[in-house]
Order: sequence, then C-alpha cells, then structure tokens
Amino acid sequence: MEAGTPDLIKLEDLEVTSGFTGRKHLLSLLVENKPGVLARIAGLFSRRGFNIETLVVGPTEDPDVSRLTMTVDGALHPIDQVTKQLHKLINVIKIRDMEPDQTIAREMAVFKVSASVESRGEIMQFAEIFRATVIDVSRRTLTIEVTGDSGKIDAFERMIRPHGLIEMARTGEVAITRSKPEA
Amino acid sequence: MRAADALCEALKAEGVKHVFGIPGGANLPTYDALYDADIRHIQVRHEQGGGHAAEGYAKASGRVGVAFATSGPGATNMVTAIADAIMDSVPTVFVTGQVRTDLIGTDGFQEADVTGITLPIVKHSFMVTDPRQIPEYIHKAFYIASTGRPGPVLVDVPQDLSRADIEYEPATGTPELPGYKPSTEGNIKQVRIAAKALANARRPIIYSGGGVVNANASEELRELCAADRFPVTCTVMGLGAFPAPHEQWVGMLGMHGTRAANYAMDESDLIVAVGARFDDRITGKLSEFAPRAKFIHIDIDPAEISKNVPAHIPIVGDAKDVLPKLTDEYRALQADPERLEEWWRQIHEWQEQYPLRYEDSEDSEIKPQRMIEAMYKATEGEAVITSDVGQHQMWCAQYYDFPRPRQWINSGGLGTMGFGLPAAIGAKVARPDDTVVCLAGDGSLVMVCQELATAAIHDIPVKIFLMNNGYMGMVRQWQELFWDGRYSAVEMGDSPDWVKLAEAFGWTGVRCTDKGEVEDAMKSALETEGPVLVDVHVTKEENCYPMIPAGAAARDMVG
Repeated sequence: MEAGTPDLIKLEDLEVTSGFTGRKHLLSLLVENKPGVLARIAGLFSRRGFNIETLVVGPTEDPDVSRLTMTVDGALHPIDQVTKQLHKLINVIKIRDMEPDQTIAREMAVFKVSASVESRGEIMQFAEIFRATVIDVSRRTLTIEVTGDSGKIDAFERMIRPHGLIEMARTGEVAITRSKPEA
Repeated sequence: MRAADALCEALKAEGVKHVFGIPGGANLPTYDALYDADIRHIQVRHEQGGGHAAEGYAKASGRVGVAFATSGPGATNMVTAIADAIMDSVPTVFVTGQVRTDLIGTDGFQEADVTGITLPIVKHSFMVTDPRQIPEYIHKAFYIASTGRPGPVLVDVPQDLSRADIEYEPATGTPELPGYKPSTEGNIKQVRIAAKALANARRPIIYSGGGVVNANASEELRELCAADRFPVTCTVMGLGAFPAPHEQWVGMLGMHGTRAANYAMDESDLIVAVGARFDDRITGKLSEFAPRAKFIHIDIDPAEISKNVPAHIPIVGDAKDVLPKLTDEYRALQADPERLEEWWRQIHEWQEQYPLRYEDSEDSEIKPQRMIEAMYKATEGEAVITSDVGQHQMWCAQYYDFPRPRQWINSGGLGTMGFGLPAAIGAKVARPDDTVVCLAGDGSLVMVCQELATAAIHDIPVKIFLMNNGYMGMVRQWQELFWDGRYSAVEMGDSPDWVKLAEAFGWTGVRCTDKGEVEDAMKSALETEGPVLVDVHVTKEENCYPMIPAGAAARDMVG
C-alpha cells in the first residue's frame, strides 16, 4: 500500500447474501406465556404473506415461557426476513434457526390403517421395524403411534399407505439443540 | 385509589400534559378521573381526529402523543390514525375503553375486539385483565412507543377494572420486557467498512428518511455531509432533516421528486440510506432501481434492512449514534474530495436542465405551485406545515424549502386524506409559540371538517390554507393520465362554501381567487387572531410533475 492511501473498500467487491436458502428451516421460538401471543405470530405470518408448514406450541421448564417450534420453507421466504419480523414482536424473547446437524427433532404421529386378516401381520412388522406402537385395534383397523423425526414419519406413511390409510394425525416437530458429547 | 385515577397518575408520571379524545360509556371512569387530573384534555369531534392530533403532537414535539377513545365505535373510529402511526413510526399511546369484563365475548353493547382489530397495526398492545396492571402497562406502553423504532401502542381498559380500587405505585425505571431490547449503537466494524466504501465511492448519495427526524439526528446528518460534498436527498418523511436550500441538497426523491435526485439515485455507485425504508414510492420499478449502486443501510429496525432492497453494508442502530461514528471514521480516511467533481458536474447539469418548473397563468388565475411559493414567502419558510394527502402535499414537498426537522408534518406511509387539520391542532398544542399552518386539500379537509369546532372551542389558533381545485386532484390526475380522462367520482363540486363553513364553526373565513392577492391574504390570516381558513381557488386541472408513473423506473420520469 502506498503511504497515505487508506485501505479502502472496493465497491465492486461488495456483495449481498440472498435471504432465500432453498431448504426447510426449523425455527424454535421462546415466547412469553401470555394471552394473544399465538395470534400475534399467526397474524404476522398472514400479513407478510409467509406460510407456516408446521407449528407446535407447548410449555417449557419456565412457566412464564412457552416454546413455539415451526417449520418454514426457505425456498419460498427469505428466512432472515421472517426471523427479523418475528423478533419485532415484543412477546418473542428468543429465536433460534436450528442447524439440522446440531438438532434433535421429534414428531409424533398416529395412523389409523385398514388391516384385514391377510395384511395385519405385515403392518405389525412395519410397526416393529419403525419402533412404532399399536395403540388401538378393531376387527378391520389398527391404530399405530410413531415417534421420530419427520423423515421417519414420512417413510412410515409411505409403507402403510398402500394398505389403506384411513386417518392420520401428526403433531409437527419439536426440537432441541444437541449437547456436545463433552458437555 | 381508583384504577382510573391511577391511569391519570401514570400518564402524568410519563410527563403527559395533553390528551386528545372523546368520552363514552366504557371510558366514563377514565373521564371522571380526568376531571380532577392536571392534564389538559382536548375534546375532539371524532376519534380519528383525536388520533391524528396525537400524531401531530408527537411529530411536532418528539414527545409521545396520547389519545383516548371509548369502546366499540369510538375505538374503531381511531383505527385509521393507529394505522397511520405505525406506517410513519409515530410515538403514540392510544387508551381505549372496553366493555365490562363479564360482557367481553358476549357481543355486548359497544363491544368490539379492539386488540384483535388493531393487532396488525400496533407496535404492541395491552389488554388489561387486572386493575393493578394499569400503571404498569401505561409505563411499558410509553417505553415501547418511544424507544427503538417508534410506533403506536394500544392499552385496552375494561370499564369495571378502571373503577376498581388499587394501591397505586408509580412504575419507574426501564420496564422488564425480556423480548424487547432495541440495539442503538451500530456495529463499529460495519461502520468502518461503510466509511471505507464511502471514501472510495465516486458517485455517492445520502438518501435520508423519516428515521433521521425520529432520531433527532439532523445535526448529525449535517455533520456527515460536512465531511465531504455528498449530495443529499430526503424522502417525503425526511424533509427538513437536511436544511433546504443548501448547495448539497438535490431535492426530494421518489415519485414526485426532482429529476436531479432521482437521476442521481439511478446513476449512483453507493447509496447511503439512513432511516429510510425503500418504499415503492421511492424505488418505482424495483428491478430497475439504482442498478449501479451498492447500499449502506442504517436503520434502527433490523427488519427494514434488506426487506425491499438487499443491503451490502447493513448497520443496525440509532442514526444519532451511528452517524457521528461514520463521520469520524470517514474523516480519518482523508478521502480525496476531488473525486466527486465529475459527479457534481453531472448533478449540476441535471439541476440546470430540469429545475422544478411550472407555467404561470397569464391572467389572475392562481397556479397551485404559485400558492405554495406564496405560502413560503408569507410564512418566511418558518411555519410548521401540516398537510393532507394528494397533489397539494407533493407540491408543498417540492416548492417549500424546509430548513428544520419537525416543521413538515404529513401522512407519508398510509397516505391518509384528512390528516392535516387534526395534526395541525395537535402540533399547535405541542408548540403554541410557533405558527402552525395546515395546507389542506378540498377533498381531504371535508373528511375531517368537524375538527374545525375543536380548534374554535379550545382556542387553538391554527391556520388553514386550503388548496381548492374542486377535485380530488391526484386521483383526477391519474384518471387523466392513465384512465383515458374518464373522470369517475373525483369532482367535489362547489360544496361546501368554505368561507361560510369556517364562519359557522367560529373561524374567520377568507376567499382568495386572484394570484396577486394570495400572499397578502395569507399574511393577513397569520396576523389575525384565532383560527383562520383561507380558501384559495387554484387552477382546477393542473398536474403535479415531474412524476415517475407507478411501476416505472426513475429514468422514465415524465413531465
């Protein structure tokens, strides 16, 4: 560098990052446990044209704080804009965009499947492989509970569907950060 | 103490001296408490007026404006003002009455879910569920409304709870809000990068918005601009933040901005946005907006950064904190001011080639632009001007040079017709020693003309200079230019007779139809005691130019 010439930033070197990541994001929000908080969040999404794929609300270890876990598609929405808008809500305390490889996510689903005498055995085998539990049974149906990440539940659904899926209910994922082994 | 009395005490503890509003069934206890409280209440004639008056008060003074309304229709009438306040980031607290708690949810008389209705248009809201919350919520409401990016906060108070007896303890200190921590300082590393980029820019421009006014940072903006010969433009919300006229001032930008400002944005290599939000009225066609520029974006609201236009150097912080740091860092680099010579040569060329201009009438007809020039002369450029929305607003933004912030008070984001008169009332209450003029449009003023009574009864001597062209002029202009001249529902006709209407409300009314008399009529109105309306009849079908047609690029300005 010549004497007296400051190390200036070349304008052509400046770049912007796109808010679109192209993947699904699992957002974990800690919110104040107060009436109307969910309405504020839902209202924000509809007003800004964001789409929530799944949403789970539940208590945390602190009775004044609830955890809200949601999945949002980063191909459709700029995730940084979604999180910044959420942060503007006074009742939102903390937002974490969960890194997939550092996150343990679990979802629960119940499936009611038609189960004839012939197919019953195979369905129960699938359930065993997926470490699912049969929680109700009738002459023509089986009701099965599965827990796992959403990929596992998707896989189980694919196995079961050809047998006649009568009804399905999924909770949406809840998540927590993975601890480091040495911690 | 009655909770309603505690509410008044809490307001006083926040420094409130004035409240605008209207009583009704659900806020009777609050108004009973107000009877003895040492707070001046200005009884407006419609809750929308009360809301806009609170906004005018806040914009003129920088203090939080307060408005009261009763439940149901009282509160819903105020919704427009609340929406206006969120769009223009106006620090305001709205206290609404609510029906008794045992009636909530029963569709009771004058019941409306006001917290629900206003959810998308408030910075925050509180629904009181326990009378002891009242002082706490008022304290929090003021803190939230006035810090970070300012905005409206609503407190909904059920009637029975405001009658309850509580122990009043004044809330003090910074309220406990775990999810609300506005960051003001700005990342110094980012500021350094910004300074270095700025020192290397050959065609920089400062694009300053209402955030600079809100941050009381026009002094700091001027300092930055004194560090080098940066050209400066302001949005319609930012006018006055940089003193006009000034050799670095290139005029307002955007749809009706100057060609010099818009062309400079278009040609710029580095745009420094300060407290501005890249609204569509600024950018025009987004994909063709400032195609050669990199962006430094300074804003206290992180969500504004990269919302519409991606920022290369984002800086989250208060303009008042960030600008001095940027100025210091920039000065330390000792950039060569010569590098801006070519840029200024180009800008001067645009300024000479495309000044703001209009063709004056050959006869006595008053051109609207001339009316603004007369207003500038009559007020010596020193009045606080409030405005309605439409052509007159844009002409005023073009032809009135505002030397100081908080001198130009208008509805920029929501574009609320009828904003001007109640805002003038609020501004005059906040700054009784200053001349306050409402530049009104005839389409706008008739929407809120009941507030003429408010000014008369409460002895608030505002002046109205009415730009009367017999049309909703801006809509007419669009119908002329873009809808084949098919004038659909834009004529105002000759009703009302504004002079008679003014007199009926206890104002002095004057009519002016000769261009030779406008300035004197205005001067004499300013010298007349009490509120005065000057009904100025201007050219009926004058268009506001220059103009970027909606969805077009700055390059394609017309007129």
